[in-house]
Amino acid sequence: MCLGIPGRIVEITGLTAVVDFWGVRKQVALDLVDEPVKPGDYILNHVGYAIRRIPEDDIEGTLALYEELLRETDGGDLMAEDVAGELGSLGPAHPKGEPS
Amino acid sequence: MNGTTQMKFRDPARAKALVDRLHALMAEIGRPVNVMHVCGSHEQAMARFGLRATFPKSLNMIMGPGCPVCITDQPEVDEAVALVMQGATVATYGDMLRVPGTSKSLADAQAAGGRVEVVYSIDQAVAIARTTTDPVVFFATGFETTAVTTATVLLRDDLPSNFTVLSAHKFVPPAMNVVAGMEESLVEGFLAAGHAAIITGWGIFEEFVEKYRMPVVVAGFEPLDILAGMVALVELVGRGTPAVVNAYPRCVTREGNRRAQEQLWRVFKMQSGHWRGIADIPEGNLEIRDEFAHRDARRVYRVDPALAAGDGPSDLAVQCLCGSIMVGLKTPHDCALYGKDCVPENPVGACMVSSEGTCKIWWQYGGRPDVAAMIGGAR
Amino acid sequence: MTLRTLPADDRVAMKHGAGGRAMRALIEQVFLRGLDPDTRPGIVGLAALDDGAAFPVGDQWLVVTTDSHVIHPRVFPGGDIGRLSICGTVNDLAVMGATEPLGLTCAVIIEEGFPREELQQLQASMNLACREAGAPIVTGDTKVMGRGEVDGLVINTTGVALTRRLVRDNGLRAGDVIIVTGTIGDHGMAVMVSRHGLALEGELQSDVAPINGLIRAALDAGGDGVVAMKDPTRGGVASALHEMAGKGRVGVLLEEGALPVTEEVRAASELLGIEPLHVANEGKAVIGVRAEVADAVLAALRAHALGRNAAIIGRAIAESPGMLILDTGFGHRLLAESEGEPLPRIC
Repeated sequence: MCLGIPGRIVEITGLTAVVDFWGVRKQVALDLVDEPVKPGDYILNHVGYAIRRIPEDDIEGTLALYEELLRETDGGDLMAEDVAGELGSLGPAHPKGEPS
Repeated sequence: MNGTTQMKFRDPARAKALVDRLHALMAEIGRPVNVMHVCGSHEQAMARFGLRATFPKSLNMIMGPGCPVCITDQPEVDEAVALVMQGATVATYGDMLRVPGTSKSLADAQAAGGRVEVVYSIDQAVAIARTTTDPVVFFATGFETTAVTTATVLLRDDLPSNFTVLSAHKFVPPAMNVVAGMEESLVEGFLAAGHAAIITGWGIFEEFVEKYRMPVVVAGFEPLDILAGMVALVELVGRGTPAVVNAYPRCVTREGNRRAQEQLWRVFKMQSGHWRGIADIPEGNLEIRDEFAHRDARRVYRVDPALAAGDGPSDLAVQCLCGSIMVGLKTPHDCALYGKDCVPENPVGACMVSSEGTCKIWWQYGGRPDVAAMIGGAR
Repeated sequence: MTLRTLPADDRVAMKHGAGGRAMRALIEQVFLRGLDPDTRPGIVGLAALDDGAAFPVGDQWLVVTTDSHVIHPRVFPGGDIGRLSICGTVNDLAVMGATEPLGLTCAVIIEEGFPREELQQLQASMNLACREAGAPIVTGDTKVMGRGEVDGLVINTTGVALTRRLVRDNGLRAGDVIIVTGTIGDHGMAVMVSRHGLALEGELQSDVAPINGLIRAALDAGGDGVVAMKDPTRGGVASALHEMAGKGRVGVLLEEGALPVTEEVRAASELLGIEPLHVANEGKAVIGVRAEVADAVLAALRAHALGRNAAIIGRAIAESPGMLILDTGFGHRLLAESEGEPLPRIC
């Protein structure tokens, strides 16, 4: 529903950042982002506003989560290892490595 | 995320592995599964990357009421058109330009000589207001993800006095309750919108899971994000596990963006409202609070939607099935207008206008035809 | 490709000039229906809806094409309306195989109060493009209209050229290879970004250029194996290929990963939610060639300064006539024509 595009902060003046999106630069407002940001950080842009700082660790963390989803393929019968209320190797709803 | 990192989420080999996993899971489950996403951008991404063609046939991914353009009610479009006809400049997102009201769209109002400006950001609308003393109204559409940007601008104290907002902002979570509560609903689990959840946090779905006993997976928008989200969701459905899983952890947290939430609720309050073609959604609309009445176009101007409604809806509009299509009860092929009287350049319903609308996407990306069969032996 | 009958609108809207289905419907409903049919045999006329018309003259074809140019802003990164007005017409001739224009006509309609200095700059820009194309302006017309009666400046150019071999846009057959002569979407994206005040900084430049020399290189290398050409202006490569697929009664299978797109256009596309295949080009051609000459044509294009990024992007197939099918690398999908000018979107 909402086009969100990641970009990297180049410089910051007050509440405005110049953000690089694959070589195209655009001013992005920082009024809404909920963590301190600095040049070099990744943010998610929606309609000219940064709505999230994307920690680099979490990029790798997300990929790791997807690998875990795949690993279960080797685990054989899914229904047999049924554990209602548990998510098996998917981990808790709040994945590790994520800032809260 | 630029360059290579972004591309990690578009890795065809990893995508293939997730697709295989999805097929294996469906084979284990051994019956058809119906799940719903409530985000037009999910549909858009599935269509754009050709993912639907890779899904197991027994997995029915229903497109829910997730397109803010589609669910903007006709009277709301009429209000914007009326403001143009009353002489205001109306600025809005490109998505809204061609959305039909009862009898006119903003593009029609523009063709008839009215002042309509397409903007990418609310800040451009403010900039337009600074260049004139005439009324400039920002027709604000979108879910909470977009509403927070409207909120932060309305909190600024240096806005020009001729700038007001016509809010058609909507709030997603209440709509999921309505769909899940529909008796005829087949939905067994939800793929929740990752970018709206950046604002609200995934914790907001815990109550929903508790109440309806069905799983919710928050997913992002790159091919791997969507496929991983679906694997997680189908696993939960297969196990009968009602739980929330955050499959978009690089962007979504449990609490969400508190700074944005705080600004959102200072400016807006929840209000029941009609979502086009669907139902009255309790607390589904975002209304500007009294404190900001001087920025609320509805209260500053005497908006007369009847001016824009003309002779009322056309015979065609009455036949439009957008509402049933958006809750997953019908498909575009069930609609007599689809592809005949209703095409993107002459839309009857909003679903044929928005880049996220089911009908538009089916038209643009070929709906759910068996594309593999269409290329025959060519591959 | 057959057009569905659209309900008649009572007003002409911007979409009717955007190069997509709406425009073709307007042409069919108003102009094709309203004009007496041209029944003379052997002439490529209006009904063909090709890039221009062609008359047999001796053992050659006389090709004629015309184009009116209005653009906001008049000066954009990489070009201006003057350069555009020459290139548009030269390229329309070129994609019919007529790469050596005899001359161009130039008619301008100017709004009262238009700055002389800007007019001189635009004229200089036209002159430079004429020189690059080897296409002299041979006659013209000037009109001034009252303030507000015309928006700034309208330039119409008409081009004529002779060619021994006419290349149409309907010549695709199953098995043919589809080549695009360079990166796609550059012009439309540069203009859109400056028009909507999007304040994107970066190397977004229009590709506006005369490509008759480039097309000559392709024709020399491919000979009779070059079977269909079109310049993908408004509506982009998708619109051009839709027409070629419809008229040739073939499907076209495109490989998304093979599409040449600059990093900047790709970035702007992601930001604004726009498909580069739907965005206009003013210095590119889509060329259909027989498979056996594909490599030779590609090499000839790449050896030319304007064709360095030329690429094979797909092929014509017998299945699904009139349709474009895109292999995304993840799966396949249909690619629709754009239904109007692409707009930046938020969702």
